[in-house]
Order: sequence, then C-alpha cells, then structure tokens
Amino acid sequence: MKNFSGKALFLDRSDINTDEIIPAKYLTEITKKAMGPHLLEDLKMDGFDPATDLKDIKVIITRENFGCGSSREHAPWALEVNDINLVIAPNFARIFRQNMYNCGMMAVEIDADTIDQLFKKFSAKSADVKTDFDARKFIISADGEETVLDFSISGFDESLVKAGGWVEFADTNY
Amino acid sequence: MGKTTAQKIFDAHRLDEPSKGIEVIKLDAVFCHEITTPTAIVDLVERGKDRVFDPTKIKAVIDHVTPAKDSLTAEQGKVLRDWANRHGIKDFFDIGRNGVCHAIFPEKGFARPGYTIIMGDSHTCTHGAFGAFAAGVGTTDLEVGILKGICSFKSPKTIRIRLTGNPGKEVTPKDIILHIIGNLGVNGATDHVIEFTGPVIGAMSMEGRMTVCNMAIEAGATCGICYPDMTTVNYLWPFIKDEFDSKEKALESYSEFLPDTDAAYARDLEMDLSSLTPLITYGYKPDHVKTVREMTGEKVNQVYIGSCTNGRIEDLRAAAAVLKGRKIADSVRVIVSPATPDVYKQALAEGLIEIFMNAGCCLTNPTCGACLGMSNGVLAAGEVCVSTTNRNFNGRMGKGGMVHLASPATAAATAVKGEITTADQL
Ligand code: SF4
Repeated sequence: MKNFSGKALFLDRSDINTDEIIPAKYLTEITKKAMGPHLLEDLKMDGFDPATDLKDIKVIITRENFGCGSSREHAPWALEVNDINLVIAPNFARIFRQNMYNCGMMAVEIDADTIDQLFKKFSAKSADVKTDFDARKFIISADGEETVLDFSISGFDESLVKAGGWVEFADTNY
Repeated sequence: MGKTTAQKIFDAHRLDEPSKGIEVIKLDAVFCHEITTPTAIVDLVERGKDRVFDPTKIKAVIDHVTPAKDSLTAEQGKVLRDWANRHGIKDFFDIGRNGVCHAIFPEKGFARPGYTIIMGDSHTCTHGAFGAFAAGVGTTDLEVGILKGICSFKSPKTIRIRLTGNPGKEVTPKDIILHIIGNLGVNGATDHVIEFTGPVIGAMSMEGRMTVCNMAIEAGATCGICYPDMTTVNYLWPFIKDEFDSKEKALESYSEFLPDTDAAYARDLEMDLSSLTPLITYGYKPDHVKTVREMTGEKVNQVYIGSCTNGRIEDLRAAAAVLKGRKIADSVRVIVSPATPDVYKQALAEGLIEIFMNAGCCLTNPTCGACLGMSNGVLAAGEVCVSTTNRNFNGRMGKGGMVHLASPATAAATAVKGEITTADQL
C-alpha cells in the first residue's frame, strides 16, 4: 500500500479541473516522472504558489468536484510522483476518483460541513494528516489541536488500494 | 420500480458486482486515440500483458495532434500505429483518413443503441446520442478495457431532462446544452447519467444530439443519453441494414433499452426552451453562461470553428450560412477545422469550403488542434477566442488565453464583426 499520511495542503476552491492539475501541453510526455515539476502549475488562486507551497505535501484537502474536466490519468500521476496519494474533498469528478483508486491511491469523500470545519481550524496552519487505514480514521493535527475523522471506502476500492491498482486485480479476477 | 436506459444496458452487460453499488460490465467497444492510449500500451507491455481482448471491438485514431508536430507527438502516433498493426486492429485511422474521435467513430457506425463503450477521453459521453452507455475513463480503465473488455462503474443513477417548448431557429443544439450546463452547474450531474428527452430532442438530428451529449461531461455527467428513434435508425441504416429486415424491425429491437415508464430518476427536470436565445460562456467554467447579447461588443482575436462538439457538417453549414458573401473582420483570424475527412469532402461538394476561404478563413485538416491548445491555433497570452469547442478552462487553448464557448453561427457572426455578436445583429 502507498503512503497516505503527512503534511496537508488546503486548496480553498471548488471545481479544480485536471487542466489545472496538469496542463495539456505535458500530455506528450510518456513517463509519469516528467509530470512531477508541473503539478498544479496552471492553478490560479490567491495565496497559492505551486513553486513553494507543494514542498513536503502528502495530502490535499479541498472543496467540491476536484478533478473535473479532462479524463487524463496524468492528474493522479502528477500527484503520485510527488508522493501525494490522498485527496480529501466533499466529492470528486467521477473519472478522477476512479483513476485514483485504479492507481492504488485514495480520493476520500467527507461531507462539505466537516471539510468546512477543517478549513476553519487548520488551513492557516501547518497541519498533518495521519491515516489509520484499517481503523478507517484520519487524525488531523496542528499546534496541539487534533480532529479525528471516520471515513469509509467500498470493499472494491479497498481491494484496489491493497492490490496496488486495477490492472492486476482485473487480470487476476476476471 | 422500473428501470432507466443505463440500468437496462448494465443489466445486459453485467459480469460482476464486487461491492454493493459497484458493477463490472462487459464492453462492446473500446475507442482509442494517440494521447491517452500510448501510456496504456507502454504499461501493458511493461507488465508483460501486451494483449487485446478482441481486435474487432477496438477502434483507434490519431486525432489530437495530426500530422505530428514534433518528435514527441510523432512517437505517440507511432506507438499507437505499431500496436494496432501487431494486434490486427483493422479499424485504425491514420493520417489522411483520420478525424476527431467523437466525430469519426459515429460516422463509421461504431456507436449503437444499447452498446457499452469506453475511451480514454472525457467527451466519450458524445456516443450516448445513439442510446449507448459511453463513458470517458482514465488510462488504467482503458488498459483493462483493452486487455479484458471490461470496466467498473458505480451502479448508474440517472437525471432525466425533458426539453420542451419552441425555441427560435437561431437557437442551436450548442445553445441548448450551454443552457442546461448553466442550469445544472459543472458539478450538477457528477456521477449521474443524463437522459435527454422531449420534443426538442425528438426533432433534433443526430449531429445535434451529439453536440448535446458531447457536453454532458461539462455538468459532470458520466454519459448523456438520447433514446433511439427513427432518426437514429436512419443514420445507422447503412451499417445495420444486413442485421434487420426493415427499419421498423431495427427500431423495435432497439426499444429494448427505452426506460420503463416508472423508472426511478435521481432528478426529473423539464426545461421549456421557448424563450431561449443564443448563449456564450464568459468565464473559465462551462457553466459561466450569458446570453450573447449581454456580451455583445467584446473584441476577439481569434474564432475557432471545429472540434467534437461542433465540427460536423451541420455546424459548417450554419457557419457558412452566416459567412456567405461576407468577409471576416481585419482584426481577427478564423480557423475552421472540419472534424472528419467525410465532413471535409461534403463541405467541399456543397461549396462551403469556398465560402470560408473567400471570407478569409484558414482551413485545417481534421484534428483536435487548438481545442486543447496543442497545435493549429494556440492563443497568445491575453488573447480572446470565440470557439465552438467545449472547454473554456484557464489556459485550455494556450496559457493566458481566454476562450468563450458558443455555437458555429455565433462564432461566424463574431468573425465578421471582430467582436462578439449574434448572427441576427449583423
Ligand atoms: S476536439 Fe477537443 S474536446 Fe474533442 S476530443 Fe479533441 S481535444 Fe477533446
């Protein structure tokens, strides 16, 4: 299983699309690694600078409909090669969400009110997310404050995370 | 409780239900292009799984950047071409015979009522215009599709939208889908199938239905679906005439996938389009929609007419009708990209190409080109383009460029004026 714990980045905007996560001009690259330096390069947001703000980030916490737009799996790959394997949001674009689990990564839905509270409590600080996969809990902490959140994923998504992705799982099981 | 079209299609294709609410279904077709497929092919080769489930059910095209613009895009084309050759994939459309995927595949009769189709391209929802379940997927789903002919989906939930009223003749399918997206929002149909129905759809050509279904993804939908009717059968007839004794028999057979009258919808909407006027987007999301009149007068640098949304023959006819006997403004450049070779030939035969050239437009070969900002008309920073494509995301047609999505008629009128306008304001 991949790593799902570490420093969190809060992106306070809904509908962040895959063109913003990785621009189309990098789609001619054949290796995943080449995506690395260009993660979120075209995301224009006050107070966000991809050149500095992505340092050491392992988890992204954001708003509705993350990953909408183009189907490009380059978006999860750009996250993956930066060792970001977990995104938490109220909901995700279907294809993006499926792509994440298909790569053995996680896109976890937490209701909008709870996400809002996380933003209020932690987004101004340097927060950390600890994922207890078996207990299905996120422990989010900063400056001695802590919030514990239960999450759920389907048995199918769990198998994909454990198998490291859909190709191996499908070829073995079907 | 009755079933929706998508539920009936899933019933006919279900292989497994690995978790409650998640279904693995068998695929009737896997479509491929040279941007997302090569990574899948390279990965399959690396895993020692360079196989295809059925070469007759895989269709491939080079369309996004064609002819290749540099060594990287040449390599992408080559990976796809070599793979099609070594697996005996006969329906591979190489340079000269190629067109934009969601225009050329339907034109060849590859999308049929009741089919399940995936492609590594979000606008695969276009093919739902034929009453198919067609969904865009990422590279891994595409890999498994190629390898096993299967894909996993959540059990489909459906939004039904009944389109009624008598929209004026200046209102095109593009305006209608922009209106729907403006209403639903870009997240309004996420994880849902949309069934588009009602008299407005009934009166629409297959080209128009494809324009509508094409942009279902811009509201987040997995697929847009129109019910098969005589319009569908007439379009498909050259490809299915050996399968059925008559068109009526074909329609009867396709009716299997019509929803039950008591089907359960997540939402059931009716939109009366009587007062609709031509629409255009103003911001960086497809649901940022205004009337063209509200945007009138804004200067543009480029007009783009083409793509899987509006590059079909009816779209070129609509644009040419506006441009006939007129010149484009000196301050703009206009790029027209017929979506397929057949569209191009038809446009030539009808004299449309001559109209475009006399007006001062640049004609390109069939390709995605500028739609995704990779070739043939990329914008410079600060430039504004009125485009018949489907995405106005920041940077989509070139870093720092602004894209306003509109119909071919609005795009052509804007080209004449050099600023945003409707055709009837000329
Ligand atoms: S024309 Fe544009 S939207 Fe359509 S398939 Fe090509 S790049 Fe995608």
